[in-house]
Order: sequence, then C-alpha cells, then structure tokens
Amino acid sequence: MKKYTYTEKKDTRSGFGAGLLEAGRKNDQVVALCADLIGSLKMNDFIKEFPERFVQVGIAEANMMCIAAGMTIGGKIPFTGTFANFSTGRVYDQIRQSIAYSNKNVKVCASHAGLTLGEDGATHQILEDIGLMKMLPGMTVINTCDYNQTKAATIAIAEYEGPVYLRFGRPVVPIFTDPDQKFEIGKAWMVNEGADVSIFATGHLVWQAILAGEILAEQGIDAEIINIHTIKPLDAGAVLQSVAKTGCVVTAEEHNRLGGLGDSIAQLLATHTPAPQEYIAVNDSFGESGTPEQLMTKYGLDAEHIVLAAKKVMERKQKCEISI
Amino acid sequence: MKADIQELEKTASQIRRDIVRMVHGCQSGHPGGSLGCTDFFTALYFSVMNHDPKFNMDGVGEDIFFLSNGHISPVFYSTLAHAGYFDKAELATFRKLNSRLQGHPTTHEHLPGIRIASGSLGQGLSVAIGAALAKKLNGDKSLVFTLHGDGELQEGQIWEAAMFAPHNQVDNLISTIDVNGQQIDGPTKLVLSLGDLHAKWEAFGWDVLEMKGNDMADVVKTLELAKSRSGQGKPIMILMHTEMGYGVDFMAGSHKWHGIAPNDEQLQLALGQLEETLGDY
Repeated sequence: MKKYTYTEKKDTRSGFGAGLLEAGRKNDQVVALCADLIGSLKMNDFIKEFPERFVQVGIAEANMMCIAAGMTIGGKIPFTGTFANFSTGRVYDQIRQSIAYSNKNVKVCASHAGLTLGEDGATHQILEDIGLMKMLPGMTVINTCDYNQTKAATIAIAEYEGPVYLRFGRPVVPIFTDPDQKFEIGKAWMVNEGADVSIFATGHLVWQAILAGEILAEQGIDAEIINIHTIKPLDAGAVLQSVAKTGCVVTAEEHNRLGGLGDSIAQLLATHTPAPQEYIAVNDSFGESGTPEQLMTKYGLDAEHIVLAAKKVMERKQKCEISI
Repeated sequence: MKADIQELEKTASQIRRDIVRMVHGCQSGHPGGSLGCTDFFTALYFSVMNHDPKFNMDGVGEDIFFLSNGHISPVFYSTLAHAGYFDKAELATFRKLNSRLQGHPTTHEHLPGIRIASGSLGQGLSVAIGAALAKKLNGDKSLVFTLHGDGELQEGQIWEAAMFAPHNQVDNLISTIDVNGQQIDGPTKLVLSLGDLHAKWEAFGWDVLEMKGNDMADVVKTLELAKSRSGQGKPIMILMHTEMGYGVDFMAGSHKWHGIAPNDEQLQLALGQLEETLGDY
C-alpha cells in the first residue's frame, strides 16, 4: 500500500475560496455570486480583490442561478456559491432550463454537501445532489476530496467551457494530494494500485478509502484505490481496466446509494463486464444532527465499513468464480 | 432602425397571420398571448431596439431581448424571421420534429435570436438582470429588454428579481408585463389576484410606466420614453395593457385561446381579418 501522510487538515471549501481567487486573477471574466453565505463559501478573498466582480444576491438562490446564466451572455464566467442543498434541490428547474438546457458556462459551486455538514441536520444535509446534477444532459459533476484537489478543480473548471457542478464540504479533513497537481476533468486518479478489489471513492470518502486500504494491506488484501473526482463524465476506461484486474468493486461516497457514484459505476459495469459490487453510501435515508465523525460512523461511511465491504465483495467474487 | 407607425402596423398584421398559420399548421401552440403582444414585438424589433440580425450570442454593443413567457414563441419566431434572423420559410416547421422552432424557445437548436431557453415561467427577469450586469461590467451602454406574462408574476422568483434590480441599480433594463388579465384556468383576478401592479412595482423601487399594448403609436412612444429614462438609477417596468387574441375577433379577450389551435374553418375566418402585407411564408 502506497503511503499517504498529511501534516495539515483544512476544509475543502477553503480550497474553493483559494481556487476562486486564483481563477479570478488568471481571467478577468471570472465573476462570483453568493446567496448570503460569503463566509461559509470562503469567498472573502475574491471579494476583497475583485469587489466589482462579485454579486451579493441575498437569500434568493433561484434568482442567483438565473442571474449567473444571464451573465454568461456577455462573456462572463460566473461561479455561484451556496450550500449544496440550496445549489441543487432548491433550484433544480432554474439549473435545468436556464443553465443546462441553455448550455450556459456557469459553475455551480456547492459547499456543506452531505452528512459532514453536521449539527444543522437533515434539512441542510443534501444526499441527493450528485444524482440530481448528473441526470442533467451536458452537466459535468465533480466531488473533490481535499483542500488541494478542490483548489485545483476550481481553477480547472474556470478554464473549461460548459456548465459544471462542483461539490465540496464543511469539515476540516487531511490534505494528502499534491499542492501543485494539475486537475484533469474526467480523469480518475490512481491512489493505489492493487489486485484483489477495486475501491472507487469520491469526496471525503477518499481519505477513508486510504485508511481502509492500509487496514486491508495488514490483513493481506491488496486493494486498488481509485479516486473518481469527476462523476460525470465518468472515466470509464479507468473503471473497466481496474475491474478487469480485480473482478470486484466497492464504491464509496457521501451520498444516497440511489443516484450517486455507485450507480454510475454499476451501470457502466452492467453494460460491459458485470462484477460484484458493494455500496458505501447512505441507505436511502435522510441524515440527522450530530458531529461529522459521529454521523459518518453511524451511517457507515468510514474506513471500517469500507474494509467490511471489501471483504464481503471479495467473498461474493469467489462464490461467482466457484459457480462458474 | 426607425419605421413609421403605418409600416409597423403592416408588419404586425403579417406577423399575426404567421401566428395563426403556425399554430394551425401543427395544431398546437399559444395564439392568444402571441396575438396580444404582436404590436410590442413589432415595435421592439422594427423601431425601438438597436440590434443585429447577424446574431451573436453575447450581444455586445447591441440591445438584447429576453422572452420570459416562452409559450408565446409564435410571435417571437415570426418577428425574428421578418427581422432577418432566419428565413421565414422555416416558420412552417414550428413545433414539428427536427425543427429549430421548438414549442418553447431554446438555444439548444441554435436558432439565431434566442439567447436563453424559456417556458418554465419566472426565470427570464433574473436572466435579463444577469445580462444587464454583464453589460455594465463590459462598459456596454446598450439596453436589455424583457417581456413577461401577468400570470407569470405568480411565480415567486419574479419577486426575488424585483427586489434585486433596484437594490443594484440595474438601470439598463426595460421590462414589460403583458397585462391581459388572462391565464390558462381563467381570468387572473379569479385564479390568483395580482393586486395593484403599479403600486407593487413602484414599492419595489422600479420606474413604472403604463402602455396601451395594442396601440402601435403608444407602444413606440412608451418604449422610447422608457429608453430615455434608462441610466437614471432605476430599472424600468412597463405595464402593457393588451387584449389576449387581439386582431382576431373570436379569439380576442378570452383565456380560451391561450393554448389551442384554430381548425381549418377558424383559420380562414382569422386570416380574413388579417391583411397579408409582406407575403405569407
């Protein structure tokens, strides 16, 4: 197992804030909009440097999405910022008609996604946003795993022409990716090569997958860990190549098991090379209040559960092999 | 582009003929609101707006228009065709398979003149505000125009936009509401009353004008007045009083023709009331 260490923890949303500032410096067409959550979205540095390129919309997310769509007419590259719940479910029709169907170059940037939003509870913990966004034709869907990757992704989407949903979170998490990485949209990242089981992880679950990989290695299981940061378009080649080698799959995400990364991979495999798969995801339920750590444990989104899922899916693979 | 009132009325008559023929041709679509707003579209595209039919999506340096109540697409398409955005023969494809003239306007088929999809109501004012902000950032002095249905004001997002534009002094925006008092299920006053629209928009901080929407001279005059009042710190709202179905006596003034097509006999009756001035497509 390749060794990953960290010296610092930071929230992915701060990576977004840093990336936005840099994207703004690189291209004066980049503008930012926020619906009364500047501090939460870490947009202050951008606003300080480019006050004329920032739009405070107030608590009016529908208006924000369509203003962003309108700003592209005239060449702007708008980044909208609010919580994931208010970035997707609340404004689905606005994104569908004015951004996706109209093919506008808007970057929908969503913080506080998933259970790790924590104490605010289920009203704010959206677990359906990846599904909502990936079903929109032409929408790129990205879920980043740490500060550095989020920063790099933010810079990369500014340079990409087309609508993007960028999902990140609230809690501080280990920084374990390269600070100088070049983020390639749609290109999976090989975290660890292995032969026994493929673990495809996205967002906060990538670090948990690494921890799981270390536990599995101690038990003699050689896990391949791949970070799928871009859920759409899915890196089909990377997934199929890995599963051809390992023959079984664990998917890990901070999302409902319906409609997320796991479903994208299951669909790909079902139509190419079917393989046993276990889901690490929320089992079709809402979240609740609690600390991020408590919630991730209670809902089975941690290294320990990934280890169990990996062993289970390897057993299922063996049964398949025997029956063949 | 300036045109005298008589010329504009001739153009409007042809556009009205196109509308009933298009809707008849596919046996679907929305003739009522289209006919009611024909004078507005004609004035806008043949007199008031400085625009370029060699369509460019960004519209830098030209006035641009957003149709928020996208269901009145027949009048939008006919106007764009006569203004030179595309060949008017294409009007015959309206709402048919593989057409660029979708039931509701879309950028998806790359029809020149369309800058945003509309149909799901209440979004166009926000989009127009965004385009107006982009113009300001670009140092572009040209204007942004919109049209909305009065029933559309029942959508909450309209009022988010209504609050935003004055606060941010979006004064390069001239919006118009088609006040015809009708919506699908009946008169707006019975479905969901809109109250005193003049007072409401004024209270939100808009510069509010009133216009007789089926009087070409008044439409041109009021739109020119609106232009002269742009750039003074307030967005402008024109309450345009029209008759749904104007120009065809049996369609006029009723919500019944909001979204149904005339049969062959009704088509002939309607065309008998609308002079062919520029040649049918």
